[in-house]
Amino acid sequence: MTSMEHTPEPSSVAPPLLEVRNVSLRFGGLRALSDVSFHVASGELFSIIGPNGAGKTSLLNCISGRYTPTEGAVLFEGRDITRVKPYQRAALGIGRTFQNLALYSHMSVLDNIMVGRHHLIKNNFLTGALYWIGGAQKEELAHRRKIEEIIDFLEIEHVRKALAGTLSYGLRKRVELARAIALEPKLLLLDEPMAGMNLEEKEDIARYIVELNEEWGMTIVMIEHDMGVVMDISQRVMVLDFGRKIAEGTPAEILANEDVSKAYLGGEDFTLEGSPTQEPAVAQA
Amino acid sequence: MAIATMRPCGDYRTSYRADQTIFATRLSTAWALAGLLLLCLAPWLLSGYLLSLLIQIGYLGIAALGLNILVGFSGQISVGHAVFYGFGGFSSAYLARHGVPVPLAIVLAGLWTTAVGLIFGLPATRVKGLYLAIATLAAQFILQDFFVRAEWFTGGTHGAVAPPFTLFGTDFSTDTRYFYVVLFFFTLMYLAAANLMRSRDGRALVAVRDHYLSAEMMGVNLTKYRTMAFGISSFYAGIGGALYAHYIGFMSVEGLDILFSIQFLGMIIIGGLGSVMGSLMGTAFMVALPELTGALATALEGGAIDHALHLKDGITYLREMLIGASIILFLIFEPDGLAHRWQQIKAYWKLYPFSY
Ligand SMILES: Nc1ncnc2c1ncn2[C@@H]1O[C@H](COP(=O)(O)OP(=O)(O)OP(=O)(O)O)[C@@H](O)[C@H]1O
Ligand SMILES: [Mg+2]
Repeated sequence: MTSMEHTPEPSSVAPPLLEVRNVSLRFGGLRALSDVSFHVASGELFSIIGPNGAGKTSLLNCISGRYTPTEGAVLFEGRDITRVKPYQRAALGIGRTFQNLALYSHMSVLDNIMVGRHHLIKNNFLTGALYWIGGAQKEELAHRRKIEEIIDFLEIEHVRKALAGTLSYGLRKRVELARAIALEPKLLLLDEPMAGMNLEEKEDIARYIVELNEEWGMTIVMIEHDMGVVMDISQRVMVLDFGRKIAEGTPAEILANEDVSKAYLGGEDFTLEGSPTQEPAVAQA
Repeated sequence: MAIATMRPCGDYRTSYRADQTIFATRLSTAWALAGLLLLCLAPWLLSGYLLSLLIQIGYLGIAALGLNILVGFSGQISVGHAVFYGFGGFSSAYLARHGVPVPLAIVLAGLWTTAVGLIFGLPATRVKGLYLAIATLAAQFILQDFFVRAEWFTGGTHGAVAPPFTLFGTDFSTDTRYFYVVLFFFTLMYLAAANLMRSRDGRALVAVRDHYLSAEMMGVNLTKYRTMAFGISSFYAGIGGALYAHYIGFMSVEGLDILFSIQFLGMIIIGGLGSVMGSLMGTAFMVALPELTGALATALEGGAIDHALHLKDGITYLREMLIGASIILFLIFEPDGLAHRWQQIKAYWKLYPFSY
């Protein structure tokens, strides 16, 4: 695994790929998010951390369109997408995985991943039904070739024909990642991609994520509880607590931040081996 | 939706194309083709009675497949399939009486029924589950009532004549000839459904059924696909009903009741929800069951059971009870239906004698 030294300065010319502007989200009396703002530059690997119930998933849902913020705006490539329908965001280039498994359990792994290419495939119920006439077959096979690359990359060749519902937890997580990649997102949102995995599986997933970011050029926003992995692979990290952003900065800055250690570990000092602690944190309440 | 089956040794795929076929192996494709060829010979091989049963399985099987696309594949419920079947029958009869050639009338009837199905499918964009069931129940009663009142269209309670099927001046209304008409539509509709399920929109339908939230995130427009399932389902129902009308030569509101709708549900539950071939198997079962009941009653004639139950008088009730009982038995013991059982039998014999 590589650790990143530099922080790409968000460019002042082009708009950031993703900008979240003063987003608040209320469920009745519960404030799940309070005035959260941040941006992610194209090419970044950005992580969101925070204790359970901090509002991380809710924030991701605001970006992917599952929830509409009560206040504030979400901008993608400079365009306000706060009210764009969820299903239209795939075509914009936003893909995601889910904290709780969300595969189509009665479909094969191949078909699951093919659903990810929905917005890229053009055949419809008529041309699809005619299949041999009108090019649907050719198109399907072309897309099959594409997803085979993803299947190779994530090393799930051996289960491609299996029904998704019959797979082990770790494999299902992988298939979900494959499905999200299949829609060729510019922005990939990952909600706890390593939750419930053993060390070896985590290392695999971390490797895939770094490679997707560096080789495939995907911008990644990841929620993850494993601090070791987060600090190791992220370029910047944001910390949420009780729906508020309490810190944002490089892994080094976050590790040195007192607010963060208070929120996270009940005020106890914490250090990770090899973690630099010299720089002052960029804390924002 | 392909079912993951074990392939025999030596059957290696060297292209994605060979891997995306409708039938799992080259052998099963060959079997299907052989079966189709054999069916082409059916009018010479079978008695008139068996042929008429095959024709019934044909048009009912088309309608049942439509319901399976809605219920099995897209995961929505309908307890009003019979009225769409009926609407297709009345439409085709109406069109044919007004000078439209019957082959064209059948197709147009399918399209008319699609339009009606889309309208009654609109609640599906808002409600699910039990509420949707009630909404389709409303469709059942509204259309049934419409059939009785709209005399210009259906002939009211008297029913309406459906002109015989002719093509290029040739009459196809005898069983031996009409069999080919049904076989033609049947093959086309079943191939179309199998193709649909291995292309984009079919996958989207199943994705909406299995996990609609994540389907939406993958770019699937839920409203569009939920409505589309109703449209496709009604098209199949309409074609099935139209083929029925021209077979009988007459279309009547009688029999288009909720019991018939439930029988359609029974066919796909017994055959296997979400299975194209299961729709056919379930239909065949449902058509054969009353015939077997009749045969059974005849066999038991004069015996003690007959004396106790008066089999001959109660035969219609006996049939309905058996239909109900078989639906329940399948739900309990074989919820995946005949299609699934068939897969298991095939898997067993593939590995025979090492099938543990
Ligand atoms: N649909 C909803 N309706 C009501 N409350 C909700 C809803 N979704 C989330 N919440 C509440 O919002 C708060 C934030 O939840 P969220 O799932 O975003 O936390 P999280 O940071 O992802 O936590 P975890 O680490 O456990 O996944 C919680 O108190 C949760 O109960
Ligand atoms: Mg969460």
